[in-house]
Amino acid sequence: MVITLNGDRFELEEPMSVNALLAKLEIDPRRVAVEHNLEIIKRHRFPEVVVNDGDSVEIVNFVGGG
Amino acid sequence: MTDTPFVIAGRTFRSRLIVGTGKYPSHTVMAQAHEASGADMVTVAVRRVNISDRSRESLLDYIDTARIFILPNTAGCYTADEAIRTARLGREAGLSNWVKLEVIGDERTLFPDNEALLDATRVLVKEGFVVLPYTNDDPIACRKLEDAGAAAVMPLGAPIGSGLGIQNVNNIRIIREFSRVPVIVDAGVGTASDAALAMELGADGVLMNTAIAGADHPVAMAEAMKHAVIAGRLAYLAGRIPRKMYATASSPVDGIIGPARATAGQP
Repeated sequence: MVITLNGDRFELEEPMSVNALLAKLEIDPRRVAVEHNLEIIKRHRFPEVVVNDGDSVEIVNFVGGG
Repeated sequence: MTDTPFVIAGRTFRSRLIVGTGKYPSHTVMAQAHEASGADMVTVAVRRVNISDRSRESLLDYIDTARIFILPNTAGCYTADEAIRTARLGREAGLSNWVKLEVIGDERTLFPDNEALLDATRVLVKEGFVVLPYTNDDPIACRKLEDAGAAAVMPLGAPIGSGLGIQNVNNIRIIREFSRVPVIVDAGVGTASDAALAMELGADGVLMNTAIAGADHPVAMAEAMKHAVIAGRLAYLAGRIPRKMYATASSPVDGIIGPARATAGQP
């Protein structure tokens, strides 16, 4: 299956939770915010929200800025 | 001289200097500059995580969040919708409902789109955000933002990163006079005297990034800015003398020895 991850095409073997996706990407869930199909997912819902084929996911964090 | 505390939306800050986290030579230098600046609020940007290269250290590892308050910005947003979306993501990533709201109207000047800024302010205030909008040095725009519920107004001194210093001194003064919320001069500072001037005009705070991060010695410049903001604030509170066209002597005019004269008895 294919999702759109941070604007780019990204292949996944099967649907998985946001938590599982972050683990697969080696991203610390405490440091990021996640948007799933334009809806912001609260951190406590990371284990229950499932990313399916064709979904769009944005993962953001803080970087230097003014 | 005692000063009133610097309070925004009920939160008190020790320093009237707010600094950025962008464009430093390294995270280590940034952390040292933050320390030297004395700032207890820093701005950060919200960006997509780099999926292919996550080897870089997290910015937050270099910010003492127990001491320093994080203010996410919406830099790079050109529409109200983008800015609102970014603000919401920033809230999730940072667990605070504060946002430095930027809606940019033009790429070359990075001047704000005040109409879109006002729209975004209204929406975010309704959602419970503490909104600090980066705006033009326009007293009417600032008044509208305040009426829309902005917790402070942040007029620019000059274009972002330009280092030109405060271009419209009178407007900053008028904005201070008009506003009931804190006025923070944001952008355009080039060196310490610019920051001091902002404070002398009555600004409640100054926000800067490039002036420190881009200096040859960022840590030294951060320290200079700390002193400039303190000095400017004190000068404002102290009440400067009026400007006059001609000189007024500082030393007494009585008892001046006067020019040498020929005295009696001398040849």
